[in-house]
Amino acid sequence: MAKFADTFLNWEVMAQYAPKIVEGFFVTIQLAIAVVVTGIVVGLVLAVARTFRVRLVNFFIVLMVDLFRALPPLVLIMILYFALPTVGIKFSGFVATWLALSAILAAFSEEIFWAGILAVPRGQWEAARSTGLGFMQAMSHVVLPQAVRLTIPPLTNRTIAITKGTALGATVAVGEILYQAQTGYSFSYNPSPLTLGAIAYLILFIPVVWFGRWVETRFAWKR
Amino acid sequence: MILDVRALHKSFGQLEVLKGIDLQVAERELVFVIGPSGSGKSTLLRCCNRLEEPTSGSIRVAGVDIMAPGVDINAVRRRIGMVFQSFNLYPHLDALGNVTLALRKVLKKTREEAEDLGLKALTRVGLAEKARAYPNELSGGQQQRVAIARALALEPSIMLFDEPTSALDPELVGSVLAVMREMREWGMTMVVVSHEMRFARSAADRVVFMDQGRILEQGPPQKLFNQPEHSRIREFISSIEH
Repeated sequence: MAKFADTFLNWEVMAQYAPKIVEGFFVTIQLAIAVVVTGIVVGLVLAVARTFRVRLVNFFIVLMVDLFRALPPLVLIMILYFALPTVGIKFSGFVATWLALSAILAAFSEEIFWAGILAVPRGQWEAARSTGLGFMQAMSHVVLPQAVRLTIPPLTNRTIAITKGTALGATVAVGEILYQAQTGYSFSYNPSPLTLGAIAYLILFIPVVWFGRWVETRFAWKR
Repeated sequence: MILDVRALHKSFGQLEVLKGIDLQVAERELVFVIGPSGSGKSTLLRCCNRLEEPTSGSIRVAGVDIMAPGVDINAVRRRIGMVFQSFNLYPHLDALGNVTLALRKVLKKTREEAEDLGLKALTRVGLAEKARAYPNELSGGQQQRVAIARALALEPSIMLFDEPTSALDPELVGSVLAVMREMREWGMTMVVVSHEMRFARSAADRVVFMDQGRILEQGPPQKLFNQPEHSRIREFISSIEH
């Protein structure tokens, strides 16, 4: 038991690396917020663009969406960070991770928003248009408010999943929680920094998970 | 002539639903359109504000050729009130929000002006006290009256009703018909697709019978209901009225 505590809960080591973990904590938060905002905004824009039903545009949207939904996030990060520099495009680890995760979240949220838009009955469009609202006015004042409400539960789940993917940034030297914990571990030969990292993730994501559950009950669609 | 439809054709793919409709509706007239399902009544109505795109023919509303290239269809539509079978109220907005949306976004009224006009419209349908109620808190009859107020608030020159009482429980039909009767008193021009034969008899100026995409016969309700020229109409009416 003492050995276990010494290995995983070594106070000395934890105290030494705690500042680094805190630093990583804020990097993770920054990265997560950047990914969530970019991914959801781009997803929404793509879903709305798709409603114009321009065949060529929609073909490319669907193609990109399928691509990014199929690719494992780590593969995408590796491509952006290691492969693109060979053709002269260089990203920092942070930017590569941000772009990769945003693209994936955008792909999933586009599908979710699109399904939400389709789920709004045709009669809502017709009522709005019959009072003289234009297409975009009907979209933004009548259809989207209803569609977004339908999409909040699945979107919340997907967002939680993708923000946890920020840990993948550790592979491309983004100084987020896991990277700091791993570095601490390799310097100290003691896994306590990893314990600290796990605690940091719990502090960050347990409230997010609870928020997700609250959102699901709050926005369950009642008719 | 508020509504002037000439040689209107509408096809869905291979299926020709309207086979040359001519219909004129004068100011303050209440025209009832009846006929078996599939005869094209609803399609005719929906062509009149281009919710359905006519295949050919001409439609003028208050003198404006709504099929003209470059016509501002949104400007045209706000002068044509439309009431749907399934109400189609916006579930995320309360009654007043439903009525004021187009006032604010299309007519660019301020919130205050819009709410003032919205309350007046709700008062006309007897629902001022329900202004803050959401659609799911209203009965079907109340929802349909809010939908009427939503159209009325834009001061349309004509109102189109697409089976306005078909989705209502029988005991709620009366409240909607009462509002329509009042609108007739105010002098609103109305085209009504409906199976409310008793209402048609007592309130309509003219009844139009449609069958298989054509107008078979039209005339005053007494004539059409009591001595139609086509036996087809007598059969239809007796089947509706049992």
